[in-house]
Amino acid sequence: MSAPSTRGETRLVPDRLQGRAERLLKSWEALLLAVAIAIFALNVWSSPYFLDPWNLSDATFNFTEKGLIAFALALVIVSGEIDLSVAAILALSSTLMGLAMSHGAGTPEIVAIGLLTGLACGAINGMLVSGLGLPSIVVTIGTMSLFRGIAFIILGDKAFTGYPVDFAWFGQGYVWWVFSFELLLFVVAAILFAVLLHATSFGRMVYAIGNNAVAAQFSGIRVERVKFLLFLLSGLMSGLAAVCLTSRLGSTRPSIATGWELEAVTMAVLGGINILGGSGRIGGVVLAALIMGMVTFGFGLLNVPGIVMSIFVGLLLILVIALPKLIGRLGRAKRKA
Amino acid sequence: MTHLSFPASSPGPAADMPADRPVIRLAGIAKTFPGVRALGGVELSLHAGSVTALIGENGAGKSTLVKILTGIYQPDEGHIEMDGAPVRFPTTMDAARAGVTAIHQETVLFDELSVAENIFLGHQPRNRFGLIDWARMNADARALLDRIGARMDPAMRLRDLGIANRHLVAIARALSIDARVVIMDEPTAALSHKEIGELYDLVERLKAEGKAILFISHKFDEIFRIADRYTVFRDGEMVGAGLLAETSQNDLVRLMVGRDVGQVFPKVAADIGEPVLTVAGYCHPTEFEDIGFELRRGEILGFYGLIGAGRSEVMQALFGVTRPSKGAVRIDGEVAVIRTPAEAVARGIVYVPEDRGRQGAITAMPIVSNVTLPSLSRTSRRGFIRMAEEFALARDYTARLDLRAAALDQPVGTLSGGNQQKVVIAKWLATRPKVIILDEPTKGIDIGSKAAVHAFMSELAGQGLSVIMVSSEIPEIMGMSDRVIVMREGRIAGRFDREGLTPEMLVRAAAGIGEAA
Amino acid sequence: MKALFRHRELQLVAVILVMVGLIALRFPTFVAPASLGNVFNDTSILIILALGQMTVILTKCVDLSTAATLALCGMVAAMLNNLYPDLPVLLLVLVAILTGALLGAINGLMVWRLDMPPIVVTLGTMTIYRGIIFLISGGKWINAHEMTDSFKAVPRADIAGIPVLSWLALLVIAVMAVGLRRLRTGRAFYAVGGNPHAAVYTGIDVGYTRFLSFVISGALSGLAGYLWIARYAVAYVDIALGFELDVVAACVIGGVSIAGGIGTVYGAVLGALFLGTIKNALPVINISPFWQLAISGSVIILAVAFNARAERRKGRVILKKAEVSA
Repeated sequence: MSAPSTRGETRLVPDRLQGRAERLLKSWEALLLAVAIAIFALNVWSSPYFLDPWNLSDATFNFTEKGLIAFALALVIVSGEIDLSVAAILALSSTLMGLAMSHGAGTPEIVAIGLLTGLACGAINGMLVSGLGLPSIVVTIGTMSLFRGIAFIILGDKAFTGYPVDFAWFGQGYVWWVFSFELLLFVVAAILFAVLLHATSFGRMVYAIGNNAVAAQFSGIRVERVKFLLFLLSGLMSGLAAVCLTSRLGSTRPSIATGWELEAVTMAVLGGINILGGSGRIGGVVLAALIMGMVTFGFGLLNVPGIVMSIFVGLLLILVIALPKLIGRLGRAKRKA
Repeated sequence: MTHLSFPASSPGPAADMPADRPVIRLAGIAKTFPGVRALGGVELSLHAGSVTALIGENGAGKSTLVKILTGIYQPDEGHIEMDGAPVRFPTTMDAARAGVTAIHQETVLFDELSVAENIFLGHQPRNRFGLIDWARMNADARALLDRIGARMDPAMRLRDLGIANRHLVAIARALSIDARVVIMDEPTAALSHKEIGELYDLVERLKAEGKAILFISHKFDEIFRIADRYTVFRDGEMVGAGLLAETSQNDLVRLMVGRDVGQVFPKVAADIGEPVLTVAGYCHPTEFEDIGFELRRGEILGFYGLIGAGRSEVMQALFGVTRPSKGAVRIDGEVAVIRTPAEAVARGIVYVPEDRGRQGAITAMPIVSNVTLPSLSRTSRRGFIRMAEEFALARDYTARLDLRAAALDQPVGTLSGGNQQKVVIAKWLATRPKVIILDEPTKGIDIGSKAAVHAFMSELAGQGLSVIMVSSEIPEIMGMSDRVIVMREGRIAGRFDREGLTPEMLVRAAAGIGEAA
Repeated sequence: MKALFRHRELQLVAVILVMVGLIALRFPTFVAPASLGNVFNDTSILIILALGQMTVILTKCVDLSTAATLALCGMVAAMLNNLYPDLPVLLLVLVAILTGALLGAINGLMVWRLDMPPIVVTLGTMTIYRGIIFLISGGKWINAHEMTDSFKAVPRADIAGIPVLSWLALLVIAVMAVGLRRLRTGRAFYAVGGNPHAAVYTGIDVGYTRFLSFVISGALSGLAGYLWIARYAVAYVDIALGFELDVVAACVIGGVSIAGGIGTVYGAVLGALFLGTIKNALPVINISPFWQLAISGSVIILAVAFNARAERRKGRVILKKAEVSA
């Protein structure tokens, strides 16, 4: 039937309240960009080696693989769930790739196994969360132990080494001059995920679910299916990161990428993804990846030990969420006074 | 049970006071929420040994007032006096300590705790070591429950109780506090006829003990039966107060709505066509049984009943939120199996839920995204959203509903309740449905928006849309429906045509009172 | 019989007994009293941590920083012992507990005052607390010979044939059992997690209650920190790395609902004992310890699936006949 029409005078509500430029300027991304520039400048100032193109190129490896994971994780978090098993999926993918290699698999098979393992792990998470309706935080803590546990069962305290020479290209190859294959992958993934989240109806559903899953379901969205696909995607990206990391290191130990889930979560949250779901943009995650990569690299140039770096990551995670709240509170107090 | 509130022998402090001096007095109380002024300059006095009825439509500010009286909200302006001295209730505990207790409208209880704990949580009886005395707590709980005529085991877990028993637990909880002021916010809404009788007896006893009672109700017979004074709220303001003996039901209604009741509902006679939706033998294991009805093109079918009669549950099953155990649904004569809301929408059935903030609108998202959410396939090409089409669709439907907003990219949460409801309705109309189910469509919205929603509903039916309206407001049901189905305890308790329908018929069917009673 | 097995705790007891029985069929020595006592003693630290964690989970939060708190408190105690060998051990234990309470309070304050999601807060403090160990110790190990004998002796000391470590676990079980059941604050943990909205109406300060649960979790982690360091006679940055997962697992297995408001002391203790039994049984039945991680992972998933079935909420029961049969 045709929709009812009606009242004599129709009052039109304008489309937008503020201009695009104004919104961009006030956004979290603008702040991140400023921070990124400041850190870049600080690095340039503190170390004479930083500006060297090849050094900068090396620096990108600090965030490309983690970034791949963080993009998919960002979508999972926007939908109101979390995937803490990403690093364990990476470890299991890498282990199975090594296992395949030790049985004589060639590069295409190895890569396929890496990606498929990621997909399979993601499917398991997805079925547990959306199929059985279990809380994702416990499920992925469980699968985090399970996936890495399987890697330990297979490898024990040994390691797989001796990957084919051409396999090394994924993590060590360069597309053009100083631009590595991994960096290209990062850029492509960033664009694809940004489009997926911000320009498609799937992305809109992800936001709706993250803001209010009940209302989303009541609006006719197949919430469980969307969540399942998100976990699948998260698994796939972890598998892809496994291919890159394994190729770059040229070896697999079951403890590979330990603690990366924390860094990926931090990257997403620093990028402005609301940990409670419903808001955040991929652009912010890209900037957060750049910032964390540059800080790691800068600390490395200054010979700061890795664990101090992890304090920094932890502090960053907390400050990123605490500061806006504190500032908001101060602002309110001032207005009242 | 010395810590309990009803030492039958003691007259209570109120008895010594002059009768006209209020126990508690609210002066100039104002409260504003983002986008809505809930209360403005409200006055209210409660007297010892007297029942004051608080009357007003939904959204008139009654519940906000209760929350201010019990320390859940702080007023923006005005003050509260007890025995003439100003008091403040920064927390609920302070209110309880001052002797103010309330039976809240929403039963705020704990599913996983026992009945006794739900009654005494926060003030459990303790032994001399400061440890909770479970034996005494259970005994005291049993005594309290006996007092209100509720027969249940205090050790039972609350989640195993039905809705009426939960309500009785909430009443017992309110009475477990040594109170001078007892607030009852629609205490009989979910109770059966017999339980209501026992509640009235209880109110009489509390009155005799010198308590000041605030009684909130929509049922006029009940108000005239047990209350002594009245205060009427409209749109967050006090519009009248006095002794019930000096007024009439008509006067109260006029005060409440601020206009004549007859004019309120713009119901136009519609052309009622062939059946669109047919439901037969519809059952659910715990919520409803043997529901059957027919909905015709252009018809508004009202569903009346007490809170918890199972109306929303039937509607949510029709919409695919819950699974019925038996029964057949036909749409335009074809059997329809609906397992998810997505399937319901595809079949042309849409549902505007009662709980707008949780189920209806996604308040943090902009108006435009809310409106287009179920129609994404229409505003996108190959999965890519077309912004221009999105805005066009949203603009079209919000304009038809006369939405008042600053811009379409404004979050829905910043709108008033009435305008939020318009967004939810617009969202569904954009899917061009055959059947629209409205669950308490005007609950908690201002009178202006209410009228707009009613007018629109009538217009939709006039254009051939079939409407099911679940409502607990008799005037709304009577004013808008072509036919009315009354539900009670999960079953259909009566079917009525618009012609010759009286409020008494509805109330009797809903409460299960036979003709003789 | 069926009603009996509906109780989560009894199910767990049955599962543990069956497991122990099966092992005993092949390896009878495993069920010798001394061996079983050893399993309990070995699990004591996990029990203590699980009870702290449970308090937090009851309030609908989670504390992922327990293992890091344990390690930091243990390091503080060990370094003090190393620097000032004359300080009485009891004082060091107290320092460990208080340090733990302080670290827990930091978590709790962020959750209470800043309204931050607990998972983010404790994920962050988890790395920060570990980092602090590195900063104060300079990354060095404190080995057995750098600790005084009395410092190392306490957990092993024997009272009535049972080691102090086990006694302490029993004490913590008793205190928590009484506290959660018979203190108003104890019930408040349940109320806050069960229905935070209703808790406000009841006059319970939700944020403060959550803060308290973090302090308790921290203090118990502090105690566990001293016990761990003294028992294994070594302190370094990565002590108990990843142990927070075992702790959460023990709770989940014990029927503590991650959604808050549901869980008992006995359940959590049994959950810990379940994991402890597996851990102790693996070497007995000749399975590589590398299996342990995968096994606890699977058990967590199974347990949470079971919990979800048990907790599945019914709608409001409207039909009278349904209410009677419920």
